[in-house]
Amino acid sequence: MLNVDADPLDRLAEWKASGKNTALATVVRTWGSSPRPVGSHLAVNEDGDFAGSVSGGCIEGSVIEAALKAIESGDPVKLEFGVTNDMAWEVGLACGGTIHVYVESIQ
Amino acid sequence: MKVELLDKLRGSIAAQQACALVTDTDNGQQCLVDSDGVDGDLNLAKEYLQQATQMIADDVSGQIEQTDLFVRVYGPALRLVIVGAVHISQALAPMAQLAGFNVTVLDPRDAFVRAGRLSDVSALTDWPDEGMAKVKPDSRTAVVTLTHDPKLDDPALAAALRSDAFYIGSLGSKRTHAKRLVRLKEEGFSDLDLDRIRGPVGLDIKAKTPAEIAVSILSEIVATRRRAAA
Repeated sequence: MLNVDADPLDRLAEWKASGKNTALATVVRTWGSSPRPVGSHLAVNEDGDFAGSVSGGCIEGSVIEAALKAIESGDPVKLEFGVTNDMAWEVGLACGGTIHVYVESIQ
Repeated sequence: MKVELLDKLRGSIAAQQACALVTDTDNGQQCLVDSDGVDGDLNLAKEYLQQATQMIADDVSGQIEQTDLFVRVYGPALRLVIVGAVHISQALAPMAQLAGFNVTVLDPRDAFVRAGRLSDVSALTDWPDEGMAKVKPDSRTAVVTLTHDPKLDDPALAAALRSDAFYIGSLGSKRTHAKRLVRLKEEGFSDLDLDRIRGPVGLDIKAKTPAEIAVSILSEIVATRRRAAA
């Protein structure tokens, strides 16, 4: 069964077991229309492989980049995406919503 | 997140135990809250623990207002009980699994279960009343009967009506359904009880094939659940 909750967390554990450093991104807040609900997970490993999603694909690239940095530094980071974002053309949300994402390394 | 906490969280999810991971998004401290108690480096004030516990009960994730605390609730999986290992079940079972349901197919006819190629779902070959007693439908369970056979459908529907199942559907034409309601009424169910049964089953999308009918049933199940929460 595809368990949307368990799947990214299981992948984290698999990567960890094979000696890879990993991070977890979680949607912690949304305003307006947003493609994935609060609580959605994106798991990332040090090679940039990922599982799950925090949007319909609009912001995954930036979140993965932030996850790789969090893996390096060990510090969690809060990200904000929306139409008012400076990088709107690059990673903005076509749906017009705003998303807050929390990114943490697994230690 | 500490890997020990991740392992504990995955254990709770696998055991279908409702729990919440609470994160202070300002400093990264976390704790896992479940019915066993609280575990982790985040020291949660009593009022916030109460709020997190309430959010687990409501199956709602989110931030606690005026704080940096984020509560991620992991509820037990939704369940779907399909009575009848028929052609529609072969389509409905994998579709429902993709939508996040734990699926159980109930059919005492071994040959149907074998023919149904339902290798990935749990199949019970008990009689429906015994099978339903094992499954114990709750408020996170949907029940749909697909056999057309009153001997199998009726006892399953009766058990579903005595449970908190959030969705009860039964395959059959308007005529078949009307007769079914008369029989169940004779068993003592009220009109209010019987209103819970969706029949003819599924959203009206003019479905013809077994797979299309499965789409209409699954759509109705999702609509019932999401509308109730909205």
